[in-house]
Amino acid sequence: MKAEFGVRCSGAEPLIYELSKPGRTATTLPALDVPEAELPPPSLLREPDRLDLPEVSELDLVRHYVRLSQLNWAIDIGFYPLGSCTMKYNPKVNEAAARLPGFAYTHPYQDVHTVQGNLMVMHVLQEMLREIGGFAAVTLQPSAGAHGELTGVLMMRAYHLDRGENQRTRIIVPDSAHGTNPATTAMVGLEVVEVPSDERGNIDLEALRAVCDDSVCGLMLTNPNTLGLFEERLAEVMELIHGCGGLVYGDGANFNALMGIARPGELGFDVMHFNLHKTFSTPHGGGGPGAGAVGAVEKLAPFLPGPIVYLSRCEEVGCPRAADPEEAEEEATFFHLVTPLKSIGRVKAFYGNFAILLRAYTYMRMLGAEGLRRVSEMAVLNANYLKSQVRDILPISHDRTHMHEFVAKGIIPEAPDVRALDIAKRLIDYGFHPPTNYFPLIVPEALMIEPTETESKETLDAFAAALRSIREEALTDPAVLHEAPHTAPVRRLDEVRAARQPVLRWQP
Amino acid sequence: MKTDPSCRYSTEHEWLRVEGEEGVIGITDYAQDQLSDVVYVELPEVGETFQRGQVFATVESVKAASDVYMPVSGRILEINEALEDSPEWVNQDPYGKAWFVRIAILDPSEVDDLMDAPAYEAFIEGLH
Repeated sequence: MKAEFGVRCSGAEPLIYELSKPGRTATTLPALDVPEAELPPPSLLREPDRLDLPEVSELDLVRHYVRLSQLNWAIDIGFYPLGSCTMKYNPKVNEAAARLPGFAYTHPYQDVHTVQGNLMVMHVLQEMLREIGGFAAVTLQPSAGAHGELTGVLMMRAYHLDRGENQRTRIIVPDSAHGTNPATTAMVGLEVVEVPSDERGNIDLEALRAVCDDSVCGLMLTNPNTLGLFEERLAEVMELIHGCGGLVYGDGANFNALMGIARPGELGFDVMHFNLHKTFSTPHGGGGPGAGAVGAVEKLAPFLPGPIVYLSRCEEVGCPRAADPEEAEEEATFFHLVTPLKSIGRVKAFYGNFAILLRAYTYMRMLGAEGLRRVSEMAVLNANYLKSQVRDILPISHDRTHMHEFVAKGIIPEAPDVRALDIAKRLIDYGFHPPTNYFPLIVPEALMIEPTETESKETLDAFAAALRSIREEALTDPAVLHEAPHTAPVRRLDEVRAARQPVLRWQP
Repeated sequence: MKTDPSCRYSTEHEWLRVEGEEGVIGITDYAQDQLSDVVYVELPEVGETFQRGQVFATVESVKAASDVYMPVSGRILEINEALEDSPEWVNQDPYGKAWFVRIAILDPSEVDDLMDAPAYEAFIEGLH
């Protein structure tokens, strides 16, 4: 197979600031429709020439961003097997729903009576996540996975404090965990205790037993874990942690493997985040916005952040004024906002990223319960099919049936100079986004591959063929790998220099 | 992988060079090779005390952030401030310019638990 993917846009696109010419503008301000007012004293004003906004025409502006979009890689262009990120296709119907004027033009300060439709969407989404997760209650506030983790661990800490168990300050994290788990623990001010994995890729039970005592706040566990493996002794793990009075946090990053098949709340997880931008197909990457809804079992539900949308009978809660008194008569139920009794408080302004929640709601309603289960079945099938193709090309971390992803090692014994990074960069020339690399840390030269359910067999075969071809190149012409990518808008980036001397802001 | 015969070694790939009642600590050539290009080093405050096995520093490479553990218990007497501005020394000169901290050794008997250079070489050989 030859790399046929050509250069989409040659040369670097200048920054918008570099296109700026004084006096150009892309917008015409409307006539003033409010009374003119005096400016505050100059000492309170920002210096006008310090504002530094770019000045460009509308056409230059449009071209600039269209060109940037052409330089970008996206799931709508090609395969994106970025392990643990679940880069599935984002159905366009989600976008249509999010753009409906009735949703798009609501304001978070509106009286709840005027946004019953929005609240219904949130309530039904809460209920669907509650059902699929096996939890007692769900909050939609957190705006990302790590934000959900922070919420969950704050709730765990609050639960112990509420019971007077102030000494529970340690969080156990397996060495296969996402880096956000120890980071979350540190953010909450708790201590990280790392436990190793065993040869089968499960959490090491003996090591876990050794650290279980009454100083444990809880365990943070991803299942399936970042090796794409189901924790085979999950029941024993749960028993150990709960046995010493700890709680179990579920990192929902890999929930795409379990949807509609196993309910985390029933597996023993006490609190878990759902990455709506992974599992439930809302846009992902580019910095967000994400959504990290959190579900909790009965004993932790009172600590959830508020407000949460409840549906109550009018006679119980007293419905507020309706525009039309007759309409008020008819409204037997009413969506309203409730903050749980022992809530850790708000973790986000207003109601979370509502337009993202709306997309997740649309996805779930379009698929239905059976469709969601089928998503997970296909995600697992695709990953195992692709693994069966890749295992003859690169070594696989563990010889087990995988869930929604697997980890290959970018190691070619006959070409010892070739590393995972070289393989990843060369894949760009073949028209594929590289897999997650050098993670999880416990696999040398890791290439973490997650195809997701939305890819066809032909795409998976083409990806395997590219890897096979790259392996050949490594044996015959390794320089082509070391120098890759050759066809991307920019060549191999100096990531060491970028990390040592970061330039974070444009300056003239 | 290079070792320095004047150092003792931990299983977590730190080296300790004993100088009287004091010790100098860094990470090994094997450790820097595993980390790849180091881009950031975070050192403790002078005066802090750490028990053996406690995390006293963090090393960040383009691949990962890793904790650095105390090979023996000690009080920090001096830190290599220049290393924070030149993290690449960890890759270039792990046993020399890239020392991390100088400590007062609290329990000299702990030094005996560390490996000498040949034992450490055998240890990393066993990891492959």
